[in-house]
Amino acid sequence: MLIRPKEGILDPQGQAVERALPALGYDDVENVHVGRLVELEVGGDERTVTARVEEMCERLLANPLIESYEVETIGVGP
Amino acid sequence: MSARVGVVVFPGACDERDALLAVDRVAGLEAQYLPHVERDLKGSDAVLLPGGFSYGDYLRAGAIARFAPVMERVIEFAREGGPVLGICNGFQILCEARLLPGALLVNEHLKFTCRQVLVSVEGTDTPFTSGCTTGERLSMPVKHTTGRWFAPPGVLEQVEAAGQVTLRYADGTNPNGSLHDVAGVANEQGNVFGLMPHCEHATDELTGSTDGLRLFGSLATHLSAIPA
Repeated sequence: MLIRPKEGILDPQGQAVERALPALGYDDVENVHVGRLVELEVGGDERTVTARVEEMCERLLANPLIESYEVETIGVGP
Repeated sequence: MSARVGVVVFPGACDERDALLAVDRVAGLEAQYLPHVERDLKGSDAVLLPGGFSYGDYLRAGAIARFAPVMERVIEFAREGGPVLGICNGFQILCEARLLPGALLVNEHLKFTCRQVLVSVEGTDTPFTSGCTTGERLSMPVKHTTGRWFAPPGVLEQVEAAGQVTLRYADGTNPNGSLHDVAGVANEQGNVFGLMPHCEHATDELTGSTDGLRLFGSLATHLSAIPA
């Protein structure tokens, strides 16, 4: 799950990183946002897993008031 | 007989002792601890969620504490109209539990801030501010990294229109960039109230102010008026 601050919300962490990059010579960087990545393993078929993980995001992993999230399932096992 | 105030103890909290002492200073109130693992409020007439760093503030401040076993009962108690006060981390937990509107974000300047602030009392329709006058100034300390209150457009206007903004930072003392200088908000019914300033640390002249007692005193008066 990729969780990041919702568009339009002041993201001072992203701004601080954006201000630091030009010092290293990256002058053309803009719109930096810092989010977080949550990885987990869970059993079930892909559809059920996606639904359950989205529910986890809504209830705990993200705060939908201030954060948006994307779910990606990789390496679906046997 | 004194009214009982339950102070919830979460792992990682650090202000529960000061909260307990602050409550016990007030005539008519008696504090008791409520362990986070128990689904029991032990007959408390009001509940206080203290400051600190419950569950290490992992994920988001208050996000994990909000699902502690004791919170099931706290949420029920709040819905039944029981007075619930959240200070700092307690405020964050109440927002995460959706008992209060909005969310607390990392301070605009990204720094931990610890200083005395002035707040203006904007709403007196809560058990915690009913003894104050509108516009009254209270001096209390703040100490937090995640104290910037935020509500999305729509919610913000609704909260303002309903008069739920109970405390506002006054005289340019907003320490974190919170929207509309909000320092404390209540739910629509007024029985749930959260604030970033630490009223429990402002109960003795030795530490600079006793203004926090205005809030605890209001609660004592409120609870004494309820027939047992």
